[in-house]
Amino acid sequence: MKLTMASSPHNHSQKSVSTLMITVMCACIPGILTQAYFFGFGVLIQLIIALVTATLVEAVILKLRNKPILSTLNDGSAWLTAVLLAISIPPLAPWWITVIGIVFAIGMVKQLYGGLGFNIFNPAMGAYVLLLISFPVQMTSWIPVEQLLGAPIALTDQFSLIFTHTNSAGLTLDNVRTSIDGTTMATPLDAVKTAVSQSFTVSEAMKGAQFSDYAGIGWQWVNVAYLLGGIYLIKTKVINWHIPVSLIATLAICSAIGYIVSPGTQAGSMFHLFSGATMLGAFFIATDPVSACTTNKGRLIFGAAIGLLIYLIRHFGGYPDAVAFAVLLMNMAVPLIEHYTQPRTYGHGAKK
Amino acid sequence: MSQLKALMKEGVWGNNPALVQLLGLCPLLAVSSTVTNALGLGIATLLVLVGSNVTVSLVREWVPKETRIPVFVMIIAAFVTIIQLLMNAYTFGLYQSLGIFIPLIVTNCAIIGRAEAFASKNNALLSAWDGIMMGLGFAMVLLVLGAMREVLGQGTLFDGANLLLGEWATLLRIELFTFDSQFLVAILPPGAFLGLGLLIAGKNVIDEQIKAKAITVDTPEKAPRARVTSLT
Repeated sequence: MKLTMASSPHNHSQKSVSTLMITVMCACIPGILTQAYFFGFGVLIQLIIALVTATLVEAVILKLRNKPILSTLNDGSAWLTAVLLAISIPPLAPWWITVIGIVFAIGMVKQLYGGLGFNIFNPAMGAYVLLLISFPVQMTSWIPVEQLLGAPIALTDQFSLIFTHTNSAGLTLDNVRTSIDGTTMATPLDAVKTAVSQSFTVSEAMKGAQFSDYAGIGWQWVNVAYLLGGIYLIKTKVINWHIPVSLIATLAICSAIGYIVSPGTQAGSMFHLFSGATMLGAFFIATDPVSACTTNKGRLIFGAAIGLLIYLIRHFGGYPDAVAFAVLLMNMAVPLIEHYTQPRTYGHGAKK
Repeated sequence: MSQLKALMKEGVWGNNPALVQLLGLCPLLAVSSTVTNALGLGIATLLVLVGSNVTVSLVREWVPKETRIPVFVMIIAAFVTIIQLLMNAYTFGLYQSLGIFIPLIVTNCAIIGRAEAFASKNNALLSAWDGIMMGLGFAMVLLVLGAMREVLGQGTLFDGANLLLGEWATLLRIELFTFDSQFLVAILPPGAFLGLGLLIAGKNVIDEQIKAKAITVDTPEKAPRARVTSLT
């Protein structure tokens, strides 16, 4: 395993920014389809809202900054941000959630810092955190997997839930989420967290209807789909293996240790790896070429620290999932990590 | 006279304590969640600043250089105590809602900064004027930030103004719009940081434009060429 970068001359990989972005978006497709299969077509509606808003916002800000509009839009980075945000928010969240998120992601997190290549934070995750702390109710209202709903929500109803907050029968999202016996179905991560705080054990919590053997129904397949997409990205050399592997390994090791020490209050590695946004975060979010580390050794540290933070925040933090917070925190640490992992230039600074 | 004008320009715009010196950020960010809080703290800081500037300027000949900082802090603390007791007596509701941030005015670097940088070197009149202008600059930023955050977060303006100004001020409350769900980030601390960042960016944009204008005005004033030798 060679962690140093070879010295020049380097061979150009012939990949432009826009091919990279488009490959990443294509790699999201299996995940998006799985999400649509389990949680309804809401995610596709959000995707369209996000893409349209992102195009508009990016164009307006480029115009204000006197930058070329079409060629910059064509690099696809705004669309990738839109895709990543749209798949992270609950599928039936009101439309203005997506719009506010995209305006913040593109306008503030990306363009105010100088556009693509200069943003220190991951735009999609910055916006996600803004939305999560501003609108905690809407941002945690995930509908249960379709097969657990009494009646699947029709496509027209999903439209009207997103755009008018009520479906054709006048029920709000809260009504729809609530099952016949009056309980809301929490997401798997949430359910485990709540159960542990009420001094149930994890295995008792996982007897709930939204769980299968390892993790939540639906959620585990969504994660598997993103894992496949991620492997495709590594295969096509769009991303390096360092960040996802170290992230997943650290998360697995931490949760395994936690499970061995206290099996009652801590869920096992499989649950952590296939719940929430783990795989999406590991392959698509933490690997953002702008805001992540660029040296290989740095990437390993970066990924490992995100994995550790995800585990810590999931267990001891106030929010059920932690990928966005972990990624943003580590984005801040990137300059420090890069400072200490700077590869030696050939002929300079020999080891003492 | 021109000196007074220069001080005014410095305090309110050019060397604004909140936007340029970036002093006193802790109270600025913490209490600017509504216009009323911002106004209350702005006035309190203004009064302390004027009082401490005048006093520091009056005693500047007798304070030995080595012990000036403790002396300044004691003077400031005395004025803060006065303000705190006054607010406790006359605007009790606001006193409660500002809480710890009234005594914390003592640690506001903008005040000790002015005492050290200006009042200890100038006469009482100039120092008082400097205090007023710096205080105004600080209070204005507080007010703008408070208004931004209150409008975005709650959709109101001057909510709870009666705590500061008396019963009649309940009329001042303006309900701009109502939300189903509050835009919480505007009220939470991140909103203060984002808002302040935007204000500073806005000030820089305006400064750039002023500079650009000044340059374009200057260029035609160059001496015109009297003689043209070639007509290419």
